[in-house]
Amino acid sequence: MKTWHGDFWYALSTLVMKDFRVRYRNMSLGVAWSVLNPLVMMTVLWFVFTKLYPAGRQEHFPLFVLCGLVPYNFFTIAWVGATVSLIENAQLIKRVPVPREVIPIASVLSNCVQMGAQLGLVLVMAFVLGVGANRQWLWLPVIWLLYVGFVCGLGLLSAALDVYVRDLRYLVESVNVVLFWLVPIWYGFEQIAPEYRTIYGYNPVAAMVMAMRRVMLEAQPPGSSILWNLAFASVFMLVLGTVSFRLLKRRFYEYL
Amino acid sequence: MARIEFEGVSKVFARHTQRKLLRGYLHGLLARHRTEKFYALKDVSFQIGRGESVAIVGSNGAGKSTLLSLIAGISSPNEGRVHVEGKVAALLDLGSGFHPELTGRENIHLNGALLGLKRRQVIEKEESIIDFAGLSDFIDEPLKTYSSGMTMRLAFSVAIELDPDILIVDEVLAVGDLAFQTKCLAKVRQFVEAGKTMLAVSHNAATIRELCRRAIWLDHGRLMMDGEIDAVIQAYERR
Repeated sequence: MKTWHGDFWYALSTLVMKDFRVRYRNMSLGVAWSVLNPLVMMTVLWFVFTKLYPAGRQEHFPLFVLCGLVPYNFFTIAWVGATVSLIENAQLIKRVPVPREVIPIASVLSNCVQMGAQLGLVLVMAFVLGVGANRQWLWLPVIWLLYVGFVCGLGLLSAALDVYVRDLRYLVESVNVVLFWLVPIWYGFEQIAPEYRTIYGYNPVAAMVMAMRRVMLEAQPPGSSILWNLAFASVFMLVLGTVSFRLLKRRFYEYL
Repeated sequence: MARIEFEGVSKVFARHTQRKLLRGYLHGLLARHRTEKFYALKDVSFQIGRGESVAIVGSNGAGKSTLLSLIAGISSPNEGRVHVEGKVAALLDLGSGFHPELTGRENIHLNGALLGLKRRQVIEKEESIIDFAGLSDFIDEPLKTYSSGMTMRLAFSVAIELDPDILIVDEVLAVGDLAFQTKCLAKVRQFVEAGKTMLAVSHNAATIRELCRRAIWLDHGRLMMDGEIDAVIQAYERR
């Protein structure tokens, strides 16, 4: 039974626009704010790991760190946002028969503006440090598309579960804290002991960081194993997210 | 041919709010105690044909909103079958999709898209929506500067543009000032006269008497009476 006859993409785009407008209308610096956070983190990590405690002998350390921070930031913010999105829009869900999927997906996509600005910072940094542009940058849209797809799928799953188990949000936040250390943000893949490297291979966030570094720092294509990894994570998570969301949404009304 | 069909429909809510937390689930698993359930609707059956206008009456918590949410496709029954044919517009709690930081015009697009209008339709109808709401002077101001009456007027004007086959009206006819209420009533009357199906919940007996021929009386989730409006209202008021 279908009671909603609207346009999914129109609803999605207006929701994303809403988030964008609400977030940036009252900020004098606008999108510039979202660049500030990775800049500060980059400076702190650069100071700690090259001056205080020289752990890695990575070249172009600020760019190296940014390639880790930007995918990590996007992942954590988008995931938490999507997880709580249904609860925060409970009023809407209980009154309007709009397809429920649109809410967590819009929540993830509305972070893409911020992510785009941070990605811009990475590109600028490449010039500042004298690394410069290379043809492999054309891979960036591909890997980011796969990555955003992965987060959308994960967001659908966790948003639907969060309706039934409200403390899921805290679990997600804890996982994000742990991920800061388990994703190679301030250290490189080569520094990981070989026996743990396979585990890292299963982490899409880590795969994304490695893909970014290969493109930005080594001027290499991301490599087929990393690409397959991202593509698999993306498709698998989107399918799992969509299917489980469809099952779980039947009882949203009672639990919201 | 019936447009709306309910066959032995029941809707159950769990009374246990604790269960929404992980602790509640674990506790439920370990202690194996039964969660208290209550029926918002219990074994309700009726049919509403094309072009009928039906009032739903009953005291607070009788199951009126639950019934409307089932017709609107917002929730699904635990038992029984709900069948609805045609495009439904449910004017429940107008303006649930509004955002106070956006302007009136931006909110028209947002709410229109969520309610089920296409982009082309919203652009086409934008001016008539603003006109009907009587807000042309304020339409580019943020919604948070509007009075609650103005917000409701805008919400009603967007929702009415859905051009549904089935219109569901939940206490929204008390929108805005007297002049606007008269306009709303006229609009709803137009729907009924155009042969569309309408369901209305209102505690204002005069309004529903004027709009509806038939009434369904719910009490604690059970269907008490279904029939001609005056008879049902009389019985309901005498209870």
